[in-house]
Order: sequence, then structure tokens, then C-alpha cells
Amino acid sequence: MAEELRLPIAADVDVVEARQQGRALAAVAGFSSGEQTVIAAAISEIARNILMYAKKGEIFLSLATNGDRQGVVVVARDQGPGIPDIERAMQYGYSTSHGVGAGLPGAKRLMDEFEVDSVVGQGTTITMKKWRRMV
Amino acid sequence: MEVPILRQGQYLIASIQSALTDADLSHLREALIAQVGRSRCRGVIVDVTALDVMDSFAVRTLRDIAHMARLRGAETVIVGIQPDVAFAMVQLGLTLKGVATVLDLEEGLAFLNRRGEERLLETKPKRSSDRG
Repeated sequence: MAEELRLPIAADVDVVEARQQGRALAAVAGFSSGEQTVIAAAISEIARNILMYAKKGEIFLSLATNGDRQGVVVVARDQGPGIPDIERAMQYGYSTSHGVGAGLPGAKRLMDEFEVDSVVGQGTTITMKKWRRMV
Repeated sequence: MEVPILRQGQYLIASIQSALTDADLSHLREALIAQVGRSRCRGVIVDVTALDVMDSFAVRTLRDIAHMARLRGAETVIVGIQPDVAFAMVQLGLTLKGVATVLDLEEGLAFLNRRGEERLLETKPKRSSDRG
């Protein structure tokens, strides 16, 4: 498959860089500018979550195809504290960091697929995908 | 990336020129609130036309700016939210409840002028004030 873009996340400028790269990749994949912004917003939320909870981590961006669909795959990985209660973390408005509580649930709303894999004390991997039908 | 803040009459205009980091947004909030006092202004316009994304942090910061400015006696209006940005905000479930938003700078100035006139009327003494 297409090459993967690896973006370190360790400062707030990296959050901006990651979402802009994500937008560019979404454009390559043929997403509308509205969908590009949606993907960029989702990346912004999960990249910020890395900073807030794990201090540093990485975001991987790649393209994927599935039948007649083309998609953008975003993987966010950190070796932070992990999420003790994923169910709560996915609740809109719930935050342990004085945030809005829109990070994870917000990103999930924006994307078509959203998966959280987290082990307390070891880290968190979030995989999210957005698809569009090729015409 | 510092956001320039211009003064125009009784208003401050913060015109965002590019994508902003969280630190940039926080800095904008501090700078605007300080300037509201220093310049004794009555209105703040934040032009977000150039903002690439309005995520939860950006929305919260803009809301904070509006509420803090109001506590300091100035009305805030957000102008220039792009269609794509509005689309993503709605999907994210983010609202700018309690914050005035209008289409562009021109509308923003008109809005503040109107608010200023309303405020003059409000401050006129009333005999029986029973507004909720």
C-alpha cells in the first residue's frame, strides 16, 4: 500500500502539523474540502489528547482502499498512562483534564471507524478511518 | 504566530492570519482581555476566516474570550467561520452558545454598533424594571 506518514507529537505545533498533513492526505484521497476539515479536526482532537495525557506520542497517516472505497487511516500511538475507563472516556462531556470532554467522543463522531486500544501503564493506540466511495 | 490586534474606534479587531496552536490561542485570549481594559473598548471582533480548524480547544478559547470580555464590559462577536469549519464543528458537537457569530467583518461592526445603541437604551433609568 501507499507509504505511511509518521508524525511525532510532542508540542502543540505538532498538533497543527499533524492535522494539516492529514488534510493534505485527505485531499489526495479525493475527499471534499468539508470532509478534509472534518478529518483535520478529528486529528487535532486526538493529537491534543496525546499531549495532554501522554506528553508525547506519534501519529501515523496512510491511505487505504476497501472495495470501491478509498479512505484515510489515522493511528495515534503513545506510551502514556493509558485510559483506565474507556467507556467513560468515550462519553461526551467527560474529561479528567478540565477539558471540554469532546476529544475522543468528538473524534469518533467525525470518523467512520474508531477503535481504542489502551492498557493502563503501557499506553494507548487509537485507530480511526474515514471512507469515501470512489466514483 | 502572534495574532495582530487592531484598534478601530471603540472596538478591538483580532484578525487571525493562519492556523493557530493552542498556545497561540491562549495568548490571544490573554492579550485581548488585557487590551479591553487598557483601551477601554466596548467591543471585540475576532476574525477567524483564516483558521483551518475549530476544534474543542479553539471553541472553548473563543467562548472564554467572549465571556471574559463581557465581564470587562465589552461585547464580542466572532466573524468569518468558514462553511467547512462550521460543518466540522457541528459534527463534533461543538457550539458557540452565548457567543455572537456573524458572517464577516462588516456584519461584525454593524452588530457591535447595534449592541452599543441597545446598551445606551438599557442604561437609561427605568421606573419599573422587571426584566428577567
